[in-house]
Amino acid sequence: MPDLLIELFSEEIPARMQARARDDLKKLVTDGLVEAGLTYRAAQAFSTPRRLTLALEALTAESRAVREERKGPAVGAPEKAVEGFLRSTGLTMDRLEVRDDKKGQVYFAVIEKPGRPAAEIVAEVLETTIRSFPWPKSMRWGTGTLRWVRPLHSILCILTDDHGAEVVPLDIDGIASGSATRGHRFLAPDAFAVTGFDDYQAKLKRAHVILSSDDRADHIWHDATTMAFAAGLEVVEDKGLLAEVAGLVEWPVVLMGKIGEDFLGLPPEVLQTSMREHQKFFSCRNPKTGRIEGFVTVANTETSDHGATILKGNQKVLSARLSDARFFWENDLRTVKSVGMEGMAAGLANVTFHNKLGSQADRIARIEALAREIAPLVGAKPDLAAEAARVAKADLQSAMVGEFPELQGTMGVYYAKAAGLPEAVAMACKAHYQPLGPSDDVPTDPVSVAVALADKIDTLTGFWAIDEKPTGSKDPFALRRAALGVIRLVLGNGVRIGLARWLVRSEVNLRTAIIRATNFESFEREDELAVALMQVAGLSKELAEEKAADLMDERVGREAAIQALEEKLGIAGKDIEARTTAELLAFFHDRLKVHLRDEGIRHDVIDASLAMPGNDDLTLLVRRAEALAAFLKTDDGENLLQGFKRANNILTQAEARDGVEYSFGADPKFAEDPAERTLFTALDAAEGAIAPAMKAEDFATAMTAMASLRAPIDAFFEAVQVNTDNAVVRRNRLNLLSRIRQICLSVADLTKLEG
Amino acid sequence: MTTTAPRSFQEIILRLQSYWARQGCAVLQPYDMEVGAGTFHPATTLRALGSRAWAAAYVQPSRRPTDGRYGENPNRLQHYYQYQVLIKPSPANLQDLYLGSLAAIGIDAGLHDIRFVEDDWESPTLGAWGLGWEVWCDGMEVSQFTYFQQVGGHDCKPVSGELTYGLERLAMYVLGIDHVMDMPFNDPQAPIPLTYGDIFRQTEREYSRWNFDQADTEMLLKHFEDAEAECERILAAPAEDNTGRRIVMAHPAYDQCIKASHLFNLLDARGVISVTERQAYIGRVRALAKKCADAFVTTEAGGGVAA
Repeated sequence: MPDLLIELFSEEIPARMQARARDDLKKLVTDGLVEAGLTYRAAQAFSTPRRLTLALEALTAESRAVREERKGPAVGAPEKAVEGFLRSTGLTMDRLEVRDDKKGQVYFAVIEKPGRPAAEIVAEVLETTIRSFPWPKSMRWGTGTLRWVRPLHSILCILTDDHGAEVVPLDIDGIASGSATRGHRFLAPDAFAVTGFDDYQAKLKRAHVILSSDDRADHIWHDATTMAFAAGLEVVEDKGLLAEVAGLVEWPVVLMGKIGEDFLGLPPEVLQTSMREHQKFFSCRNPKTGRIEGFVTVANTETSDHGATILKGNQKVLSARLSDARFFWENDLRTVKSVGMEGMAAGLANVTFHNKLGSQADRIARIEALAREIAPLVGAKPDLAAEAARVAKADLQSAMVGEFPELQGTMGVYYAKAAGLPEAVAMACKAHYQPLGPSDDVPTDPVSVAVALADKIDTLTGFWAIDEKPTGSKDPFALRRAALGVIRLVLGNGVRIGLARWLVRSEVNLRTAIIRATNFESFEREDELAVALMQVAGLSKELAEEKAADLMDERVGREAAIQALEEKLGIAGKDIEARTTAELLAFFHDRLKVHLRDEGIRHDVIDASLAMPGNDDLTLLVRRAEALAAFLKTDDGENLLQGFKRANNILTQAEARDGVEYSFGADPKFAEDPAERTLFTALDAAEGAIAPAMKAEDFATAMTAMASLRAPIDAFFEAVQVNTDNAVVRRNRLNLLSRIRQICLSVADLTKLEG
Repeated sequence: MTTTAPRSFQEIILRLQSYWARQGCAVLQPYDMEVGAGTFHPATTLRALGSRAWAAAYVQPSRRPTDGRYGENPNRLQHYYQYQVLIKPSPANLQDLYLGSLAAIGIDAGLHDIRFVEDDWESPTLGAWGLGWEVWCDGMEVSQFTYFQQVGGHDCKPVSGELTYGLERLAMYVLGIDHVMDMPFNDPQAPIPLTYGDIFRQTEREYSRWNFDQADTEMLLKHFEDAEAECERILAAPAEDNTGRRIVMAHPAYDQCIKASHLFNLLDARGVISVTERQAYIGRVRALAKKCADAFVTTEAGGGVAA
């Protein structure tokens, strides 16, 4: 069984595309071979900046012969049907067989596919793979029509067995396959032939090419950490950068340098970002001082001066870059020291956040108003939260963030401290963006929590109001992340807020602001203005028409009309509230379900908790769900659920049949059986325990009390037939079941539970 | 081949000229209009279109008004030089030819780390894009290397290979200079040695002031509109002149497109173009470039008419 080796040798493949290309090459070729009837034992794919390689072990030498029988139309069927069958089978009329079938005589096609040699199949599959390769971006070159990520120079394709290696012949747009490749561009540029994968890998290594990107990454990391250690430093881990750099070199040579004294005063994040983004350098930290004092660069070549010229050049480029960074840093510090963070933020009035949602400054004003109101609920001082909201995005106007957008927030903390603002305000500059993803930390400082909540709620209500909701996989404004952020902020800090109220408040604020910003004078006709009011402010038709008339009426006056409108908006809040709770809150609940499912809570347990009042208080909701989940894991819990379901089923059926609701208190005096009387006592006791526990939101206690009902309910169903002939007793028993339902449903909607 | 190190800015230019002449390129002269980059020269923009083979190399003085720093920044200039090579169809050994040009100006691959790092090129004003790399030498970008895929909205068939060297930055690196104004322009041993600053410090100051503070924006705007109108008028003229000869005026029209593009850059430097207007202006220039490209491919040089 031969081994197959394929190498596609090209000009430099972008580093970011290599991993995906390796996988695609492996998948497309192996799928194609398997589809054509070949099997193989193992497959490995590799990439360097100039090559994609696939090695298959023990490929079958030829595909098995295949005989396929297909049933066609009946003899005498319309000509069209027979023609179609001939076309689909690729046979002629005389090759069809006629066989007897249940319904008479039928045409049969017998298609014989002889086995084919592996080489033939490999050539076909590789050509298809190359011609349809899913590069994110591809190009043509010279006079050809072939597309590849960059010009493709040669194709190595050999099958190797005990008799030696044989080239699989193929020719794609003038590139003929062969058994040769080339080594490192500068250190070993000549072509050489190979006889199999081991030979290939060994010869490449001699020609200064390490084939495996993992090996290159390991080599880089090993040398980098060793060198840093020798200099008393440690390399700052950066897996993304390591993978990228491993994709930029075939022969990694690690060089280390020191950062000039002049730049050591820059914040470590600035040094790291500048070095990583512009030059793909690793940062080296001094563990004693915590400062970034050195860098590691990875060259692609060995030189006679052991990299001295290369290092000097890199150092020079770094100095130029860091001079720029220092210039930005010093300029920004001067700005905040003279005009403060709010001065720095002034320009945000001219920065559009979204053309339907106003400027960044407009947005900040809304966040400030909301943060001020939320503050007391999370234990923050309103004035402090408001101040934090005003300055939290100021750094978007700094020179440094203009150059490195990924430093937003981080720079804000430095600049706010330099401006002499309180620690809590400074911290909020970064923390109000958090959590940025599922693995990011949740802020805990009350000021940060208030601003972070206000920021995310404004984002959500804003984009909801202009109908930019996420659909399917599309979520351009990261609204799912914002909702999950709110959920984690609330749960992580045990915040008790009724979310619906804040969503409504935020939307009313937003619409008020939009109305204030609307140029009413530009409308000449009342009906046009009314339409605009409906659109921008979400007013109902009646309200919009009434207000349009007021705004147009000079006797009322514009300012009075707007004020009246704002008051009305408070009332219109009712409409907004209905819509918001229906849609946005449902969006939150969906996100919460995903979040809790990841935490191991069943979806039906969440549904049972969601169906209870106060479900916009997420902390309460989750406490209930957690208590319920724990309860259901106990033996009593599971059995009580069965008892409840039985009671509920009997009751629901009886109610449906009788057309009444059995909710009038059952009376113990009609109890006939001791088990019935015991249940009465037990229900009284449980009710007495559950009501105060629920009032105290102590779900565990409530559920323990509920669990105590298990034995009496089981005993009741054991001893008693509910639907007896005695109508009075039956009614009393149904009312008793109703009490069970009522008590149980006061804890959670158990009807939503499965099983 | 071992080469001695060049000693001046002009020596680097001269070596590039003779290197690319040896590779068979027609060494052209700069285009006689204000342009933002060497790509705007019709020898690149228009000649990248159509089926006829082409090979040209030239220095192009380029102007980017917003990059002016009054001659004080060590690296930034509002007027600078690009070296531009365009070969159609792109030869299979273009990377090697390019590396040969670096060797010719004294960059020895045995001592330096030369890398091709992904950088796709796009010119929204020319409706053009291509794939390629920025070339790094010891971590510094020294050239842009692009395989043109589209120009003026037309697919490039065959594909041209374009090389662009930022001459000042490259020369500063080769010569070991930290501030562009200190760079020797002619031989430092010449009877009258001149630095880059001797030649350009004065002009950088003057143009920075004019670009940023003084240029008459109303006039610039009017010129922009005139250039746009003239470009469209030229292209709308009948293909036959009054003697019946067929002469499509793609080049005169393209001159007006170049003018409009530079006037837009000046308006931008004066800060009178808002973020939303920017896109609209770029779209207007691109529309002109596209019409010029449409016209050029109908001409003899554009391969639209048999020669």
